[in-house]
Amino acid sequence: MSEDYTRLTPLQLDALREVVNIGAGNAATALATMVQARVEMAVPRVELLPFDQVADLLGGPEVPVACVFLYLSGEAPARVLFALEVERALQMVDVLMQREPGTTVALDEMGVSALQELGNIVASAYGNALAELTGLAFLPSVPAFALDMAGAILDAVLAQYGEVSDQALVMETCFAAAGLDVIGLLFMLPDPGALEHILQALEVDAP
Amino acid sequence: MSAPIQVGMADLKTARAPHSLVTSGLGSCVGVCLWDEVTRVGGMAHVMLPSDRSGRPGQNPAKFADSGIALLVTTLLREGARQERLRAKIAGGAQMFAFAGQSDIMNIGARNVAAVEEELQRRGIRLVARDTGGNYGRTIVFHLATAALVVRTIGHGERVI
Repeated sequence: MSEDYTRLTPLQLDALREVVNIGAGNAATALATMVQARVEMAVPRVELLPFDQVADLLGGPEVPVACVFLYLSGEAPARVLFALEVERALQMVDVLMQREPGTTVALDEMGVSALQELGNIVASAYGNALAELTGLAFLPSVPAFALDMAGAILDAVLAQYGEVSDQALVMETCFAAAGLDVIGLLFMLPDPGALEHILQALEVDAP
Repeated sequence: MSAPIQVGMADLKTARAPHSLVTSGLGSCVGVCLWDEVTRVGGMAHVMLPSDRSGRPGQNPAKFADSGIALLVTTLLREGARQERLRAKIAGGAQMFAFAGQSDIMNIGARNVAAVEEELQRRGIRLVARDTGGNYGRTIVFHLATAALVVRTIGHGERVI
């Protein structure tokens, strides 16, 4: 089955890495406009990870993280998760709301909606790049927000992969801006079955 | 006392008093704890989904409510538990993200809890305590010496059930 991610060839992984690179590049540009600072992007990772290890990318299953989650619907549905350390999330709210640094000490409704907007813009930039590369449509849902344990957030996002695999295909990008170490991690998780469409659209055969 | 034994996602472990079992960051997943009060042997499963509908061979049974509980019971009976003495405590099954008009994929937590309850009932295992639902994550520690299940959360307190 195409859902057997373990059979991805190096060529296909390279193609996916390129997609992530361009998608994340677009997202970084959108992010830079929002925070009015230069945003650096690490080389994206495209990896098959056992469920347990996905939470480690966020510091471990019990570490609190602020996450914006969106669903990109279309022929090749995918989930996009933008995760920030709680400290970074508070700093981001200061930047987005043009407050003095250190003003935000807890997330209120305004702060959450600022972060949702940030997630929305980042995910949409990402979706647009994907659409351009593949010719497929990616329609973002309304962003949802949660501040909770990384493991709890991820198991809700990863549960559906459990039907078909013990591993998730994780496309991860790390953003950083001047003065802020790590802004956040962006995960793109194609739904089971969606990968085939993406690979076909990229003209690298599905596994 | 020794450190708690870690149970990962879609994982299952058994132990005896005075040990304890822990699973971190349950979201929509459900932590199922079963134990025999007399022999003080017990186990914990971290299940992700109600049941296996994929038809794929070689699925990990610990991932699903039905096959996970089945395996947990078999393992405990082999380790000296008695079926009629088994009791259960469960936690988890939250809905971490709520979308208006989203499909039931998003409410997998409630479906997991229902599947766990159904499987326990089918096997005649009494569910004595639960801390399920809500929209927040849980870390649970099951102490086999007392059968106390400690539920830790972020922003929703800590409780013992």
